[in-house]
Amino acid sequence: MIEVNNIHKSFGDSHILKGISTSFEKGKTNLIIGQSGSGKTVFLKCLLGLFTPDEGTISYNGNIYDDLSASQQRNLRQEMGMVFQGSALFDSLTVEGNVMFPLEMFTKQSKSEMQDRVDTVLKRVNLIDAHHKFPSEISGGMQKRVAIARAIVMNPKYLFCDEPNSGLDPKTAILIDNLILEITKEYDITTVINTHDMNSVMEIGEKIIFLKNGHKEWEGTNKEIFKTDNAAVTDFVYSSELFKKVRQMYIEERN
Amino acid sequence: MNYIASIGSYFIMIRELFKKPTKWSIMKSLILKEIDELVFGSLGIIIFISFFIGGVVTIQTALNLTNPLIPESLIGFAARQSVILEFAPTFTSIIMAGKVGSYITSSIGTMRVTEQIDALEVMGVNSLNYLVFPKIIALMLYPFAIAIAMYVGIFGGWVAGVFGGFTTSASYIEGIQLDFIPYHITYAFIKSIIFAFVIATIPSFHGYYMKGGALEVGKASTTAFVWTSVAIIILNYVLTQLLLG
Ligand SMILES: Nc1ncnc2c1ncn2[C@@H]1O[C@H](COP(=O)(O)OP(=O)(O)OP(=O)(O)O)[C@@H](O)[C@H]1O
Ligand SMILES: [Mg+2]
Repeated sequence: MIEVNNIHKSFGDSHILKGISTSFEKGKTNLIIGQSGSGKTVFLKCLLGLFTPDEGTISYNGNIYDDLSASQQRNLRQEMGMVFQGSALFDSLTVEGNVMFPLEMFTKQSKSEMQDRVDTVLKRVNLIDAHHKFPSEISGGMQKRVAIARAIVMNPKYLFCDEPNSGLDPKTAILIDNLILEITKEYDITTVINTHDMNSVMEIGEKIIFLKNGHKEWEGTNKEIFKTDNAAVTDFVYSSELFKKVRQMYIEERN
Repeated sequence: MNYIASIGSYFIMIRELFKKPTKWSIMKSLILKEIDELVFGSLGIIIFISFFIGGVVTIQTALNLTNPLIPESLIGFAARQSVILEFAPTFTSIIMAGKVGSYITSSIGTMRVTEQIDALEVMGVNSLNYLVFPKIIALMLYPFAIAIAMYVGIFGGWVAGVFGGFTTSASYIEGIQLDFIPYHITYAFIKSIIFAFVIATIPSFHGYYMKGGALEVGKASTTAFVWTSVAIIILNYVLTQLLLG
């Protein structure tokens, strides 16, 4: 459970997050949607502790981040996994090296224990024959899987994904979405996902937050988002021709 | 960017990179990798340049010594002095600022723009320590490369001098042994160590704090080269004044 209370964030003169409050529940996939530049990544980086909000608080399972000691903050960090917008795999390490990295850094496990864990998570994300390839030698979809594997290898309590399926074809995108959903349920993780993909919203949007110009414009579930009258939301949701048609049909059916 | 602010953040970076060290077993392999990349990987170009510079210095000296009263051994002497005092430590360092420096800036800069540095930070790794510290340690071997540059430079002078017919082998060897002051070697090594630190840290600074995309990585490499060279030239002046003046 993550609770966000009225956070603000500015860079110089530009006010990016203008007072956002919300909460993210355990075992659920929480989506943050909004146009490019609306502050999704900045918001996510605040949740991760990469950016410190200028105002407001974020608490994890009831503990306010700013009130924790440095070592408690470090421990909390190790309970977080992050999948970056561009995967952010380490170029100099193989697939296996990337996934093993957090284990090597922070655990005292033996080589074979680490190897077992790496094999397990790579299998979990359906990657079985890419262990010794380098990130530049695998496809974007595979890179995303490796990034997910790296994010979950330490058994995180919180999983953050920044546009996990941007740049992927619709089919692979759905596979990745479902993988994240399954992992969230399986390990009972609090998952927060940035996206502007409406397929994801429909598939895995158990809770959705719509950001606009640094404000929380709307909040609800994927059942509710298609029925809302909030103009900004409908404008965003129905920006695709396909969805416009679907909505038209829905309205006709209702009348 | 404001110069004073940059210099300030440079020193803050230096302080940060010694904090919260990376696990030794991992650091060890990083250091070995950087030694291979930064030091061994540069020996070829260092040897190549030193050989020819040594040769050219010898030829120039010989051509300018027309007075028959000046002994021929002065050619070897001048070659030795200029190679040991300036060409090996300073000139080579400027070349390294280009070769090693641009590699450092672009590799760290690429990690910045592709969020690999954020990934390290999220995991709780001190990314400055992880990325910059091994480079500094690896470049502490740089004086060995400079020692090689000295030998090769003086040897290049001998080859050019003898085979070009400018001097005899005997008087060249007499010249390079003339009035040898061991402290000059110490001076050259002190300079090299300090230049090595500059070559490791200034390009790292420009890579680490860069903003933007692939194009900016290229620009950052160029800026880093300019500032590294400027720092080397100024430090060379200051150190020479302090150590020899
Ligand atoms: N480190 C930073 N320094 C200054 N400004 C920043 C920084 N990071 C983000 N911004 C600004 O914050 C705004 C929101 O950016 P953000 O990356 O959060 O958008 P986004 O919603 O994730 O967009 P996209 O969907 O394209 O990823 C942008 O105007 C951006 O320029
Ligand atoms: Mg973004």
